[in-house]
Amino acid sequence: MHSIVEIGNLSKSYRRGGQIVPVLEDLTFDIMAGDFIALMGPSGSGKSTLLNLIAGIDKPDHGTLRVGGIDITALSESELADWRARNVGFIFQFYNLMPVLTAYENIELPLLLTRLSGSERREHVETALAMVGLTDRMAHYPSELSGGQQQRVAIARAIITDPTILVADEPTGDLDRVSAEDVLTLMARLNAELGKTIIMVTHDQHAAQKAHHIRQLDKGVLLSSAA
Amino acid sequence: MYLLKLILRNALRHKLRTGLTMLGIIVAVLAFGLLQTVVDAWYAGAQSASSARLVTRSSISLMFPLPLSYEGRIRGVAGVQAVARTNWFGAIYREPRNFFAQFAVSDNYLDLYPEFVLPDDQRQAYLRDRKGCLIGRQLADQYGFKVGAVLPLRGTIYPGNWEFVVRGIFDGVDETKVTRQMLFHWEYFNETLKQRTPRRGDQVGVYVLGIDNPDNAAAISRAVDQTFSNSLAETLTETEQAFQLGFVAMSNEIIAAIRVVSYVVILIIMAVMANTMAMSARERSAEYATLKVLGFGPGFIALLIFGESFAICAIGGVLGVAATAPAAALFKDLAGNVFPIFQVSSHTLLLQTACMLLIGIAAAIVPAIRASRIRIVEGLRAIG
Repeated sequence: MHSIVEIGNLSKSYRRGGQIVPVLEDLTFDIMAGDFIALMGPSGSGKSTLLNLIAGIDKPDHGTLRVGGIDITALSESELADWRARNVGFIFQFYNLMPVLTAYENIELPLLLTRLSGSERREHVETALAMVGLTDRMAHYPSELSGGQQQRVAIARAIITDPTILVADEPTGDLDRVSAEDVLTLMARLNAELGKTIIMVTHDQHAAQKAHHIRQLDKGVLLSSAA
Repeated sequence: MYLLKLILRNALRHKLRTGLTMLGIIVAVLAFGLLQTVVDAWYAGAQSASSARLVTRSSISLMFPLPLSYEGRIRGVAGVQAVARTNWFGAIYREPRNFFAQFAVSDNYLDLYPEFVLPDDQRQAYLRDRKGCLIGRQLADQYGFKVGAVLPLRGTIYPGNWEFVVRGIFDGVDETKVTRQMLFHWEYFNETLKQRTPRRGDQVGVYVLGIDNPDNAAAISRAVDQTFSNSLAETLTETEQAFQLGFVAMSNEIIAAIRVVSYVVILIIMAVMANTMAMSARERSAEYATLKVLGFGPGFIALLIFGESFAICAIGGVLGVAATAPAAALFKDLAGNVFPIFQVSSHTLLLQTACMLLIGIAAAIVPAIRASRIRIVEGLRAIG
């Protein structure tokens, strides 16, 4: 196994009310390809910030961050957008689906940035829908789906472009226990069967147990690593 | 196709808000069109004036007539083909509110106005009857005048009771021609004046000149005026259009105010539309951030907002433009004889379309810039 994410001396701070607040301090660690890790820690510990940096939706102040061998800190905004479209799948706590699009259309959305034809897109979307078990709900709008079903649509959207890594920010945070279990099982399957590298931020110890490794963050510092 | 679907569904997401905004655009575009048509109606007379006719009047004021003796000398000016006499009569038909234009005209007057069409038998009947008069179709329709009817008028500028017999009803060659006037024999008018107030006889309000070539209008005008320079009644000769515009100029401030109001209406709806788009864009911050996360660029997000703004404006604007002609017809009926020509011009339709486009674009500029510049991390925080 090789490193898919290489983090070296990574720091990030925010400016709040004229003061600089450090969020991540001198972080160094690697994530292996095909790994499933859970990032845990109290609120404000910097876990979501770290996830955003790895996913290329925010930039660090210092340090190196290589994902799939590419130094993403050196990419411009438009290069980062292209890179995200090809390499990263996102799963959000509140699903972030387009309310005016059906489940099918939401899943199809990232494919609009590819050169796939309409029929090829259809094939991909139908495969993804089958994988998350929502083929019979493809014409439903998000408001017509339960939270668990919406999150499964979001997962299908995240994997539709076959990204290198999946990042999930509290994917079960808005779900009941049964739905959360379904979503976690689905993520575990994606990791096991498709070999997707998954980085998940969670507060939920039960959810974290599904990961191969748990990383603890506190006040921007990596505390420990538990298998 | 996908983009269009997304734009239209976004536009219809808040049906009440979109519906009310669209209604505002319909009303604004319609109001703009009607106000522009009012301005056009003001200029209708001048626009239908011929470039082959000149008008010679007193250089001091229209209040002062010219001597009848000028007619022959004007006819002698090179380039002048015909000269007609005309006097504004200004009498009252039954009630002062029944205002319409009356002119005493020489018998060759209609020869200079081919845009007025009169059946030959009626023309002959008119020429045979000294007290005969001709009525324009719009005027005849308004008051129900028929051929053979007696038309009593009470003089104001030329006091006394006057009586005419309608001998003909003339039409305009097309609907842009104003036919709300009455014409009668200048000879009858002059002879009656000579009997009642001899000092007012043999005086002409204005001369209408038919010229050989409109390109020579300026030279002929100069030549006519030079003929009477340093006389007791110097003349001012100008094209018929300039003469008509002189009357319109008296209402310049009103016309300017109407024009300003029409553009203010557009400005107001632009602000309303901008507010609608700003609210929509603000509510969708998280969605735009999500699109960026998925790899869509700022251009795509700006396109979504411009497209939505344009879709709302286009639907509202098209309905507004479509409603303008029927509304103008209704307005004309309600306004009675205020605007004899009240037609929506192609120029007005073009302006309405331009305004519609302008509203759609202008309203989306700020929201589109803000949304496309949104930082992903901040945009995602706007959720929940």
